[in-house]
Amino acid sequence: MISFQNVTKKFDDFVAVDDISIDFEAGETIVLIGPSGCGKTTTLRMINHLVKATEGKITVDGNNIDEMDEVELRRNIGYVIQNVGLFPHMTIAENVSLVPYLKKVSKEDREKRARELLEFVGMPAEKFYDRYPEELSGGQQQRIGVARALASDPDIILMDEPFGALDPITRSILQDEFLQIRDELDKTIIFVTHDIDEALKLADKIVIMKDGKIVQYDTPENIIKNPLHGFVEEFLDHDSLLKHPEYIYVKDIMEKDPVTISPDSRYGQALAKIKKANVNRLAVVDDHEKFVGFVTLHHILNHLEDEQVNLEDIMKTDLPIITDQEMNVSQVLSLMADEKVGQLPVLDAQGKLLGVVTRAILIDILGKN
Amino acid sequence: MKLLNFLNNNLDTLFHLIIEHLQMTGTALLIAILIGVPLGILITRYRRLAEPILAIANVFQTIPSIAFFGILIPILGIGKQTAILVLFLYALLPIIKNTYTGIEGVSPSMVDAARGMGMTDMQILRMIELPQALSVIMAGIRVSTVINIGTTTIAAYIGGGGLGEFIFKGIQLYRNEMILAGAIPAALLAIIADKILEYVEIKLTPRSAGKLK
Repeated sequence: MISFQNVTKKFDDFVAVDDISIDFEAGETIVLIGPSGCGKTTTLRMINHLVKATEGKITVDGNNIDEMDEVELRRNIGYVIQNVGLFPHMTIAENVSLVPYLKKVSKEDREKRARELLEFVGMPAEKFYDRYPEELSGGQQQRIGVARALASDPDIILMDEPFGALDPITRSILQDEFLQIRDELDKTIIFVTHDIDEALKLADKIVIMKDGKIVQYDTPENIIKNPLHGFVEEFLDHDSLLKHPEYIYVKDIMEKDPVTISPDSRYGQALAKIKKANVNRLAVVDDHEKFVGFVTLHHILNHLEDEQVNLEDIMKTDLPIITDQEMNVSQVLSLMADEKVGQLPVLDAQGKLLGVVTRAILIDILGKN
Repeated sequence: MKLLNFLNNNLDTLFHLIIEHLQMTGTALLIAILIGVPLGILITRYRRLAEPILAIANVFQTIPSIAFFGILIPILGIGKQTAILVLFLYALLPIIKNTYTGIEGVSPSMVDAARGMGMTDMQILRMIELPQALSVIMAGIRVSTVINIGTTTIAAYIGGGGLGEFIFKGIQLYRNEMILAGAIPAALLAIIADKILEYVEIKLTPRSAGKLK
């Protein structure tokens, strides 16, 4: 765990970081975000002591970093920066094995590790091992930058706008690869960006900073749903939630207590209910409150002539259902598309009807954002 | 024809003078590198010193060589030592300046990456800054070498020896072939040294970081 306790950093009179206290849990990806000059990069660079805090204490796993040997500290923390910082006079392999070299790892082990890492970041060793950075594209260089940071298998990796200088397509590819790598390795990653979409995509937790202070520290989901202050809302794209329907769940949007009717009712009763509640379908529920099917206005009108039928005979049964209230909107949308239905009942484990999600609700929610 | 005859008869002397010439140039250069490069590095670490040190080296560079010899003869007398001292002072500026410029030219983000990876200052200097500044430093050494080979010919005037002896003696004796026997080898030495160092410089140029911002 990385812990900041009342940390302040002043550059002359300018307060870059203003009395922040925050904990970063081990194994999480924390994204620091905010406008330029908000102190996010300074905060990052204080962790590996490239910037020394003016006041306060920073600890890594309980150890005060001011009391640690800073060279040793840095060798145990991976560091990736925007302009890559690959050394042009060294081969790809030499670049990747630099930290192991500094840590006096044997030549054979260094070479083995370099080959492993090149494969790991998707750059076959036999092709790239002896090449020079200038022969690589920007995206490839950044992959090498990541491989280099992983070389000594550090627990913590600091990334300062690593994808900032890349074109949007390459950036998106590298972000996806980043997510894969993140899931494969159990690292604490502190990541600085000014791109809110990147933050929402990559973070376990997001730290929003402004004027050297932490404005909000929460999961992407909570930040989207409950942005604190006007600033965070402003900072979030107004359609952030729309871009992230995975954070909208069935339980939040379903129509609770839908109008129900029992299966042995006549269509006349159904018609009356539909009219009274001003809906176009009824959920048919048996005596034990179990969901049986839907009956729509359309069905009833089609059977208007047929006086003897009960709803049972005309309602739609065997419908797809939702039993997981945590299902998100994008999953619901694809389920609707797959099953070609416009509404889905939400049931509990006993089959009891809890609510209904309709296409109209989804359109309304997504449209509102 | 006269020139060939002269050379034929004085081959040993010519050979001796070339060696003497190279010795003087070489000694002065070597000292200039040993002092100039560390000084150049020093002023990248202590920026306040950069301006005064470069200014002083610049003054040495500006004084005409004959005048410089003239100033030093009353103090150090004539002979090789005086010549080498002047040559050394002449060679300093391009070496200090290029070392300074070369190291300053290394991209700050690269140094930042190096420091962030846990390199010590010495390692950053040795493994990152010097290798990348090497071609620029080499260019400075090349300029100093060419200047020095030229200035060394004047050293004969104050008893330093070298190819200048043929030239000055030739002028006194009105013997063109003797002048040429000193001047042509001196010119050739400068050209050859320049070409060799040019090659070294190119070899040392780090692969450009063209795609890095």
